[in-house]
Amino acid sequence: MGANGAESGFVRFDRVQKSYDGETLVVKDLNLDIARGEFMTMLGPSGSGKTTCLMMLAGFETATFGDILLGGRPINNIPPHKRGIGMVFQNYALFPHMTVGENLSFPLEVRGMGKADREAKVKRALDMVQMGAFSGRRPAQLSGGQQQRIALARALVFEPDLVLMDEPLGALDKNLRERMQYEIKHIHNNLGVTVVYVTHDQTEALTMSDKVAVFDDGKIQQLAPPDDLYERPENAFVAAFIGENNTLRGTVTRIEGDACTVKLDGKAGEVVALRVNVEGEGAKTTLSLRPERVHIAPENGRFPNTFDGRVEELIYLGDHIRVRVSLAGNDEFIVKVPNSTSGRRISVGETLRLGWAKEDCRALDPS
Amino acid sequence: MAQADAGVAPLSMGRPRKEKLVTADGMPLKRALQRAERRRKLAAFLLVAPLLAFLLTVFIFPIGQMMWRSVDNPQVVNALPRTLEALRGWDGQELPEEPVFAALHADFMADADRPRREQAIGPLGIRLNYEVSAARGAISRTARNVASFEAPYREAFLDEHRLWGDPNLWRIIQREGRPLTMSYYVAALDREFDEDGRIVQRDENRRIYVNLFGRTLALSVGITLLCFLLGFPIAYWMSVLPMRYANLLMICVLLPFWTSLLVRTTAWIVLLQQQGVINTLLVQLGIIADENRLSMIYNMTGTIIAMTHILLPFMVLPLYSVMRTIPPSYMRAAKSLGATPFTAFRRVYFPQTLPGIGAGAVLVFIISIGYYITPALVGGQSGRMISNEIARHMQQSLNWGLAAALGTMLLVGVLILYWAYNRLVGADSLKFN
Repeated sequence: MGANGAESGFVRFDRVQKSYDGETLVVKDLNLDIARGEFMTMLGPSGSGKTTCLMMLAGFETATFGDILLGGRPINNIPPHKRGIGMVFQNYALFPHMTVGENLSFPLEVRGMGKADREAKVKRALDMVQMGAFSGRRPAQLSGGQQQRIALARALVFEPDLVLMDEPLGALDKNLRERMQYEIKHIHNNLGVTVVYVTHDQTEALTMSDKVAVFDDGKIQQLAPPDDLYERPENAFVAAFIGENNTLRGTVTRIEGDACTVKLDGKAGEVVALRVNVEGEGAKTTLSLRPERVHIAPENGRFPNTFDGRVEELIYLGDHIRVRVSLAGNDEFIVKVPNSTSGRRISVGETLRLGWAKEDCRALDPS
Repeated sequence: MAQADAGVAPLSMGRPRKEKLVTADGMPLKRALQRAERRRKLAAFLLVAPLLAFLLTVFIFPIGQMMWRSVDNPQVVNALPRTLEALRGWDGQELPEEPVFAALHADFMADADRPRREQAIGPLGIRLNYEVSAARGAISRTARNVASFEAPYREAFLDEHRLWGDPNLWRIIQREGRPLTMSYYVAALDREFDEDGRIVQRDENRRIYVNLFGRTLALSVGITLLCFLLGFPIAYWMSVLPMRYANLLMICVLLPFWTSLLVRTTAWIVLLQQQGVINTLLVQLGIIADENRLSMIYNMTGTIIAMTHILLPFMVLPLYSVMRTIPPSYMRAAKSLGATPFTAFRRVYFPQTLPGIGAGAVLVFIISIGYYITPALVGGQSGRMISNEIARHMQQSLNWGLAAALGTMLLVGVLILYWAYNRLVGADSLKFN
């Protein structure tokens, strides 16, 4: 993949701060390195500062403090049109009064490229997104997915080193969105272009990215490859934001190496968990446990943690069944049960014995 | 649909259905649909009906009346039927012979016998006066004394007024002795009939209307252009401002709408006149000398300034409504693609405002081409427009036929321009799909 062996720091945010009103910081002390050829996703809820970061990189917003460097060069004072950064907008921003071909030709024209070169490049870019036959159409005559492809082709046609994408798939329906995710990923792999991608959709972030920066409250909460992010969240926000997550709260009573014992609030029992982000003994902590890592009726002694839970609700989801359990004072505790023929039937009201491993239960900061 | 399916129940869904679709009780589906739609259509018509009636009575009908009046020519036919009959063989060169004058006498006598409201000699005098300026006096004087005339009538008429001896008058009577005329249009185009009945241009010093049409057109184009130049930036500014400030600015733009036209125009008089605010200020600041005060009102400048002010909202509103819908991401996209701000504006933003520019320009142009009050108040002599001349003929010279002809020409001109606009940059081609 692109990240391997690539030069580091192709794009660099160096202590960047941004404020719109001089009273609150939208982006707080952002430090971020993006390597050449990397697919970096900025993921976060709305208002977390991710789009502001993208706009600062594109040049449509100026950083209040700090430097943004592109290829080692500070670009704070370079206007957007001289940055040479391709951008795909949320609503595609295809020029409605131009045909598809004219749209693609536009960035080449303003660069003073000759007609023959332009036509060749436009054709190649359109073929890349399998839209070669649509050159003469107007954007309004295309479907959302087709417009999306054209927008992508237009951002790439002038061969920028860096392409920014601002929630480009937000307006598409689910199936199309998934197809486009793969296509964007393939184009990225083929061209080796650096992509900075902004989304609030975690699935999108996990499927496409080399690295994901999870934003919240103007700060990067965790910067990690997708698998790390899901399996090894470093704080309670990331654990809750990425994927489904069961939360238990308690106080750390004992720490032994990478393990810690947590006394759950409400005298609900004790849990042995992996120490990830705990200040020390006596500190409050949030335990994070993925629903698919909870086992039903484990053999005795297999797990250090076993609890009895009452089944409150069953939700049938086809490939698996979500079981909502009331456990240790938390009646939003979810267990995922694969829908296999050998699986036992579970009914509402029944009491289940549930267990999980120490490694799957991460003790994080209190939230 | 459910009903239709019930009606063709014997057929399976998969097979092609050749038979006519019917509803459950056997009525053809088309008819059932029509019946169901009828009520809706009726409701729609009833909603439109009052406005339609209103438009017909106060808009379509009066315009039809005006156009009719521009060619309607009953006066000579009504007043002089016998004379026209006697004139039929006349060659138009020498003065007509005695039989014509005898018929003329008979017409005058017949008219005197009619009830006063039906008398046609009075309107005849007015009508002929449009063509020959002494005709009204001659006819009314003749009408007073015609009872005492005795044969030979030719001498009697010639003694009464010398105009009766002018072959030109007789040519006019003969020419206008038809129920329809184009003489109003001939006059409206600064033309007249020469002795041989050909249409020729008037003397240079009597040409008014063609120049006035030209000036009206030029003024309207100029005012439209000024409105565009002033309105475009403000509309753009409003479209990018936050709603709160944009609304405030919008109120400022709309202020002229909320002020009486007369008040606004008077305000301009106060500002622009020779002893007015602006001139006095300029003199006191020493920019111009006291004896060189600018004349900015009661001339073309005054008309342009006041009308631009009044018509500006008509340009700003369509522009603003179009600009508001252009997302800022287009400009951003253009810049990110490498276009300088100016190129981005010219190639991406401006073309998308064309529908607004077109709508605003047509609106301002069409309103200003028929504008009346402001040029009348601040236009003076050089700032007059064709509508002022129409009003003059309606109110002072009472030549309604000529007024109607000028009005019809204005109307047709506007329609042609609008048609041309629609063909060239029309609303259809401005939709981007």
